[in-house]
Amino acid sequence: MSLTDKTRADALEIVARYPQPRSALLPMLHLVQSEEGYVSADGITLCAEVLGLTKAEVGAVATFYTMYRRRPAGEYHVGICTNTLCAVLGGDAIMDSVQEQLGIGHNETTPDGRISLEHVECNAACDYAPVVMVNWEFYDNQTPASTRELVDACRAGTPPPPTRGPSSLCTFKQTSRVLAGFADGRAAEGVQAGPPTLLGLQLATARGDTAPAYPAVTPTAVTPTAVTPTSETTGA
Amino acid sequence: MLTPVLSRHWDDADSFTLEGYTRHDGYTALPKALAMAPDAVIAMVKESGLRGRGGAGFPTGMKWGFIPQGPEGQGAKPHYLVVNADESEPGTCKDTPFMMANPHALIEGVAIASYAIRASFAVIYVRGEIVHVVRRLQQAVIDAYAAGHLGKDIGGTGFSLDVVVHAGSGAYICGEETALLDSLEGFRGQPRLRPPFPATHGLYASPTVVNNVESIASVPSIVLGGAGWFASMGTEKSKGYTLYSLSGHVQQPGQFEAPLGITLRQLLELSGGMREGHELKFWTPGGSSTPLLTAEHLDVPLDYEGVAAAGSMLGTKALQCFDETTCVVRAVLRWTEFYAHESCGKCTPCREGTYWMVQVLQRLEAGTGTEEDIATLLDTCDNIFGRSFCALGDGATSPIVSGVQYFRDEFVAHITGGGCPFDPVASTVFATAGATA
Repeated sequence: MSLTDKTRADALEIVARYPQPRSALLPMLHLVQSEEGYVSADGITLCAEVLGLTKAEVGAVATFYTMYRRRPAGEYHVGICTNTLCAVLGGDAIMDSVQEQLGIGHNETTPDGRISLEHVECNAACDYAPVVMVNWEFYDNQTPASTRELVDACRAGTPPPPTRGPSSLCTFKQTSRVLAGFADGRAAEGVQAGPPTLLGLQLATARGDTAPAYPAVTPTAVTPTAVTPTSETTGA
Repeated sequence: MLTPVLSRHWDDADSFTLEGYTRHDGYTALPKALAMAPDAVIAMVKESGLRGRGGAGFPTGMKWGFIPQGPEGQGAKPHYLVVNADESEPGTCKDTPFMMANPHALIEGVAIASYAIRASFAVIYVRGEIVHVVRRLQQAVIDAYAAGHLGKDIGGTGFSLDVVVHAGSGAYICGEETALLDSLEGFRGQPRLRPPFPATHGLYASPTVVNNVESIASVPSIVLGGAGWFASMGTEKSKGYTLYSLSGHVQQPGQFEAPLGITLRQLLELSGGMREGHELKFWTPGGSSTPLLTAEHLDVPLDYEGVAAAGSMLGTKALQCFDETTCVVRAVLRWTEFYAHESCGKCTPCREGTYWMVQVLQRLEAGTGTEEDIATLLDTCDNIFGRSFCALGDGATSPIVSGVQYFRDEFVAHITGGGCPFDPVASTVFATAGATA
């Protein structure tokens, strides 16, 4: 087993973040996945011991949430959005194409453990549809051909960087550690926004549209403060 | 016509950093708020008319005002602020790009809101499937602590605040505020019976405000500009600016910050309209849980009242636009499969109803259904709507009831024609781009 004293120490660090220990359970299950690649029996035992719960209580929580894997996830976990908007715009075709390419279906992993596949629900990037996630990073505006290339690169161990994400793709385990609340220092990598995110702002700028300027003195301020709005604040 | 406030500096390459945010007067609202009495901050937000941007539209300041204060009873317990960043409503994609581009505006709002409701612990519950957003939030919290905007005795005022970024684990139901609280307490995310409401018995049975990301992030601008400034935008009962998310078969999808009350026609005219050679067939004003609208609703003011008067809901302002190549039965089936998958199983109408509706819709789409199936669907919806534990069940009926209302002929055509008359390839974005499988 790969769970160590360090894992236990990390689990206790998570517990310390919250006013009540049990709030640490979901992040701890992400922590288990960061070590095991899925929620293993050993991982459930560790969570139960640290939090003073039964294994059944931990298992009941783990099985409720789709991000917790009951079997080892691939090193690269590919999620294809097939909720209505992405599906209609091409997500269904992408899913069909990748299933044929890999010879596996939804919630299955390739025999070499490299790729697992899942059709995912709306991933909050509809203005970049069709969307594919690898290890929960955004690969925007996909086609069947581009996703096949992406999957081939993952199989070869040379995945391209996400469209909006860090400058290189993390493994599933590395991603899980971030979700457990351990920052990986890579927040500054990647773009701040993609073109659709900026579209409205750019159109506003081109049209000269702005929000009204802040009043020089806001009438509801009760006391003068060291800080007063400047012209910059107005966004004008 | 457009009023960028939250999105005003997203085109700075470092917009997500502390430096990028402070360059544009970031963290100047916080000391201003801390110089006010907490109740004065609540009064200011009330006066601004800000309403919840997560879908329900409940007045934010009023929600804050419900928190019991004082040394007695529930007021004596710790107070909590929980930010609902579990953006999962199909079509909804505003909070995610916002937090990626400017997490500090949210953090500053969290600090101000926590001060107002007298909370010393706040959680940002962000969905786990958007890991780069989680990174940006984590770093923003780290940097805000280092700069003294969070932590002990902020700005020497005696106000202390700890903030935790908590990643969810893939459950749409956790966008429902009481399910979110159960999840945050380390349980299966299932909604709670109300009353009691979170305002008195929320996180750890203590007074808790649960607010959407955009609601909280709007607060610093209200503090800087004043309630009157905020209320100068929008319509009579729907004040302020907001983010509209345009997606689907449009020339240019994206985020648009505009006063409440703008119309879809205006947004489409601004952005180039539907894709070349196609026309709008149906759209959602605020995600899949808001009843579908059609081209006859292009001039409906997109504010809380206007969309309600048109028989739908403003919701999350997720404007998913579908053109005439889209099969409405397929669209409705897929949304229904989503609700069935995400139903938490706690209450019978939703758990069983969504399960059966998927099967009825599947045979309708396959061309093996009967006209009686359409009646069965509507009857099932009638038994779910208003009889479920939470809004997930109500939302599940929206696409079906509105889909049949506006496109009954298309449901019937699947029956009489023995299958779907649409070519799914025609609706893809690469149908015209030349890319193939």
